[in-house]
Amino acid sequence: MLKVDSIDVFYGNIQALKGVSLEINEGEIVTFIGANGAGKSTLLKTISGLLKPKNGDILYEGQSIAGKAAQMIVKQGISHVPEGRRIFANMTVEENLELGAFLRKDKNEIQKDFEKVYHLFPRLHERRKQLAGTLSGGEQQMLAIGRALMARPRLLLLDEPSMGLAPLLVKTIFRIIEEINSSGTTILLVEQNANMALSVADRAYVIESGRVVLSGSAEELNASEQVKMAYLGGH
Amino acid sequence: MTIFKRINGFWLSMVLAIVFFIVVQLLISRGILNSFYINTLFYMAINIILAVSLHLIIGITGQFSIGHAGFLAVGAYASAVMTMKLQMPFSLALLAGGVTAAVAGLLIGIPTLRLKGDYLAIATLGFGEIVRIILLNVDYVGGASGMTVTHLTTWPWVFACMLIAIIVIANFTNSTHGRACISIREDEIAADSMGINTTYYKVTAFVIGSFFAGIAGGLYAHNFYIIQPTNFGFLKSFDILIFVVLGGLGSMSGAVIAAILLTVVSTFLQEYPETRMIIYSIVLILVMLYRPKGLLGTQELTSFFRLRKAVEGGKQNDNKHTVA
Ligand SMILES: Nc1ncnc2c1ncn2[C@@H]1O[C@H](COP(=O)(O)OP(=O)(O)O)[C@@H](O)[C@H]1O
Ligand SMILES: [Mg+2]
Repeated sequence: MLKVDSIDVFYGNIQALKGVSLEINEGEIVTFIGANGAGKSTLLKTISGLLKPKNGDILYEGQSIAGKAAQMIVKQGISHVPEGRRIFANMTVEENLELGAFLRKDKNEIQKDFEKVYHLFPRLHERRKQLAGTLSGGEQQMLAIGRALMARPRLLLLDEPSMGLAPLLVKTIFRIIEEINSSGTTILLVEQNANMALSVADRAYVIESGRVVLSGSAEELNASEQVKMAYLGGH
Repeated sequence: MTIFKRINGFWLSMVLAIVFFIVVQLLISRGILNSFYINTLFYMAINIILAVSLHLIIGITGQFSIGHAGFLAVGAYASAVMTMKLQMPFSLALLAGGVTAAVAGLLIGIPTLRLKGDYLAIATLGFGEIVRIILLNVDYVGGASGMTVTHLTTWPWVFACMLIAIIVIANFTNSTHGRACISIREDEIAADSMGINTTYYKVTAFVIGSFFAGIAGGLYAHNFYIIQPTNFGFLKSFDILIFVVLGGLGSMSGAVIAAILLTVVSTFLQEYPETRMIIYSIVLILVMLYRPKGLLGTQELTSFFRLRKAVEGGKQNDNKHTVA
């Protein structure tokens, strides 16, 4: 479904991604784990069109989307839940969700997706008239995910959904991620929380200072000594 | 039901506006209002146009433009050239003032609004000064001594332009385009990831704002008998900025009220320019102390009425809350 072929991404002179390649098949949950500053967010921003790769290519359904405008990429079915949620604080929950469907014209289908999102996150339904800035951290994360789902993506990019949330909420969010996946949405999840990420993912990559250093099935990485030492805090 | 109420509110305000227009028109034609009051009224309407046009750029779209007087100047001189040099009718001159200012807005907006950050503030500050210096040095428009302009601005013209500016900007704000602009103000990166073409909407809002500033310029030029580059300095830009900030960033009614209040304050203190600056500053300090979000915050006047109605009716207000 998505194939990233050795991309190099720069911020000015700083190279944030160095020849990163990856592949995602339809229906999978693929995770990128790595420490702070490894280049995870940069990778997602490049896929969703917010950054352009200097070298390399990104193929989505066999077509190159590298360097295309973000709105074209959203239209083709890739939605990005940015790091730190970035909800529209002075708008209501409902208005946030409406903006998620900004590029769509199919009113009836949008209405159905509203119901789907509210079904997935009953909390959001209860608070639909509330200003998003007054939601708790966990609710804001739900809203950020719901807003991205309103674009009806086939591939959902999630940037550290567990960030700053209490363990119980992290569990809830990951259960919902699995639910979204089982209803047919392919997911690329980047995380520092390797434990949780590996528990839901089919396959995983490890990224260090802009380079992929390890990849394999989630079980393989879970068992790998290298990953245990560096990311799972274990022995 | 909601739509019905909204349309109702719209027509109600239209009727009130027209009644106000007719009353003032009668007072003017009967000679009951003296020229001092008439002038203040014209000046108020022009300031309202400036306030709502900058409100769209700063309050709704969140782009800091601090050279609005530059667009006022472009509109003023373009329209004055039309009537005084090219003998065109006033209506065409006003339109030309707006269009010229809009083109200037486009030329500044496209390169600077593609970038994220405060480039627009720097560029517009520079623009305001450049316009003033160019006007100072072009003999065709009179250089430092300025241009004499025939008095053509009348009550129907200022009122109609003000009403159109308010209606166009309010409708834009309540449309999907307006939503997109507000989302940029709230979080540009998130707006980008929703697939909103942020550059397009920022430029659009900026150009619409510039257009109405140009129209205000045309009305301004033909309200006085002379226009000079010194009328359009940084202090003028600052005056307009104050309307928007004082009213509450994001509130159009706030900007309108602030424009009315400050026009009154500055008109009555015209003869004491030093006192004027002091009182002006005190008003600002007081407002910032007691209402740091501006007079109305991001609320609209109408939402206060709605709130009160909801409380009186004893039930929750189910109207869609407009952010703007
Ligand atoms: N806007 C930026 N300008 C310059 N450097 C940046 C910018 N954003 C990120 N970086 C750098 O790029 C590298 C990767 O960052 P990022 O992708 O945010 O990492 P992660 O999401 O894995 O924490 C870091 O070294 C970071 O300092
Ligand atoms: Mg990150």
